[in-house]
Amino acid sequence: MFGIPGGANMPIYDALYDQQSFQYTPLNERGIRHILARHEQSAAHMADGYARASGKVGVCMGTSGPGATNLMTGLATAYMDSSPVVAITGQVPSSVIGTDGFQETDVVGMATSITKYTFQPLRVEDVPYSVKAAFYLAATRRPQPVLVDLPKDVQQMEDDIEFPQSVDFPNYGPLPEPDPTILKTIARMILESQHPVILGGGGVKAANAYLELRALAELLFAPVATSFMGKGAFPENHPLSLGCMGMHGSERTNKLIPECDVLLVVGSRLSDRTTGKIEKFCPNTKIIHIDADKAEIGKNFKPLVLSLVADAKKALVAITKEVEAGMLGRHREAWVKKAQEVSVATPALDGNGTYLSGVETVKMLRRILPPKAIVTTEVGQHQMWCEQHFQVIEPRTFFSSGGLGTMGFGFPAAIGAKIARPDVPVFDIAGDGSFAMTENSLATSVEEDIPVTVVILNNRMLGMVAQWQRHFYNSRYSAVRLGNSPDFVKLAEAYGAEGARVETIPELETAVGRAMRSHVTTVIEVPISPEENVLPMLPPGAGLKEMIVG
Amino acid sequence: MSQDAQLRIISALVENKPGVLFRISNLFRRKSFNIQSIAAGPSETAGLTRITITMFSTYAQADQVMKNVDNLVDVRGVEPFDASNASVRELALVKLSPGAPSTRPEIMNCIETFRGNVVDISPETLTVEVSGDPDKINAFISMARNYGLKEVARTGAVALTRAMTTNEEIAKW
Ligand SMILES: Cc1ncc(C[n+]2csc(CCOP(=O)(O)OP(=O)(O)O)c2C)c(N)n1
Repeated sequence: MFGIPGGANMPIYDALYDQQSFQYTPLNERGIRHILARHEQSAAHMADGYARASGKVGVCMGTSGPGATNLMTGLATAYMDSSPVVAITGQVPSSVIGTDGFQETDVVGMATSITKYTFQPLRVEDVPYSVKAAFYLAATRRPQPVLVDLPKDVQQMEDDIEFPQSVDFPNYGPLPEPDPTILKTIARMILESQHPVILGGGGVKAANAYLELRALAELLFAPVATSFMGKGAFPENHPLSLGCMGMHGSERTNKLIPECDVLLVVGSRLSDRTTGKIEKFCPNTKIIHIDADKAEIGKNFKPLVLSLVADAKKALVAITKEVEAGMLGRHREAWVKKAQEVSVATPALDGNGTYLSGVETVKMLRRILPPKAIVTTEVGQHQMWCEQHFQVIEPRTFFSSGGLGTMGFGFPAAIGAKIARPDVPVFDIAGDGSFAMTENSLATSVEEDIPVTVVILNNRMLGMVAQWQRHFYNSRYSAVRLGNSPDFVKLAEAYGAEGARVETIPELETAVGRAMRSHVTTVIEVPISPEENVLPMLPPGAGLKEMIVG
Repeated sequence: MSQDAQLRIISALVENKPGVLFRISNLFRRKSFNIQSIAAGPSETAGLTRITITMFSTYAQADQVMKNVDNLVDVRGVEPFDASNASVRELALVKLSPGAPSTRPEIMNCIETFRGNVVDISPETLTVEVSGDPDKINAFISMARNYGLKEVARTGAVALTRAMTTNEEIAKW
């Protein structure tokens, strides 16, 4: 649990004081470990990172008013990426609600659009049910954040209350089993297809359907592309992997996709970032859309051929079963060969002599880090370089704010992920602008002994915005120059973390090796050119085949 | 807006819990759909509220919003209604200030035609209750403009599915 105390949640913190393993002890079955954030936004991102890395619910806390409003960015981030986070906020006493009391905000009203559900128990006997239900709702069906707003007087009341065994939401049961008739039709379409492609989205990860996706792809000889949120749903070093498609996907993948005759979309909302201009998306392809959320079907992409509302894992298993017999002895050599040619990575861009390049650094990091290492990113060019050049191989090892695009997500999320997976190295690949947004989490990581590594690709620019200004606003650079401060090495040292500045590949290797062995958080600054672009890119409004390459 | 934009009716059965109406109306706002009318009241089951919403939208938009409403934890079910599959009724109170007494018989005639009831009367004003499908109420209101229309309060449409009975079956009743 990650949070910050304040007036309206002090009773909760007082109760936490009694938890045996309250501080400085590793997570155990009985105790609740609380980690003191330095900003509630970071607390929410930490909970989110924990959730993404563990597949379990992450919890964040804030006091009423500003504590709760600070949580909102983190909740919105988790909501957009379907991550199970429970937020517990303090609220002014119930008698004061509605009077604009000190540190009162309508948190329930604010959070309604960015949560699956909100609770505000006004009687102590409703608290256990609300808490139990919050965890249940956050973790089931499409995972999403849930908020519990607890008035201070309710926190203070004491009563003997049984913790409920189960909660009851009549219209919110488990997802329906995949419909057998639809399954049969899907199977027939896939078997008839000559050039199938599977598009995996974040829903594959949420359903923990990594192996099932792989089994189906291998059975069908179907190449697999992913959305950015789906990155890592399929091992990117697999011969059938096409990597990411979309705005900053690979150019050749984007060109191949419209050539498939059947596209099996699993757990992707087909956002504009993935499809390019929707009217130009796969005009001649039969599209099958499988999603856990019926509201995603037909939301962004209307002319679907077939859709199935189901859990991704169950659907994939069922489809595999249906097509198994039909695939006996079949191959798709030509198609697979074509796909494999597509998935060859673009050649490395070299630095211009003065600087390491962002692309080079990201590729090098992939070579140095073990496949099980967890990588988070911030938002900007560095994130897109990771999309293009950082191959994700193992499940649950890559976390990025794909939906909301929240700068400042990566570092606290890395801290949360490290709590979930203390056994693996955790790296945040950051831009200098984004890191500045939550860099004070250095204090948390040092004080609470949660060693992670931040690699800052420092272009002294809000690079992504600068790139758009270069391409679409005639190089009129407006408010994107960040200058030379801070000195990130000194900043790290000021917090008691380690800092290093690296200018060559061998220096990078040494610094990363040292960081992985270090017991304290390390910040590695890599100065890069302020001019480097993320290429190729799909300009807004363009179809998949119309990427800008250079 | 594409051609199939029209007035559409959505009926939802929801748990009577705090914030449900807010969640639903918030959803419409989030998706930038304009609610034309919304009527909520107890249903046949204790603890469940039936909400009838009318909105001007395309089929696709209505479909989206219905799925989203149905996704809400406290919503039991959602149905799309239209005049062909449901009985749709609305009630309106219309206050008139007719002026010259000579117009009164004419007004009473008009009220009669619309099967309205006079529910309040004073030397200056006349309040009429009319009910029926929303088009009928629109028609009454535009008539009333000729007789010193002062105020209108409408409940918004409520609707229930209609059994798909044939005329012969109806005749047997
Ligand atoms: C909180 C927030 N504010 C603003 C933006 C808009 N934005 C997107 S990318 C970007 C620049 C990011 O700069 P940096 O972190 O240095 O990364 P770079 O693009 O240079 O790699 C900005 C300002 C955002 N995504 N999030």
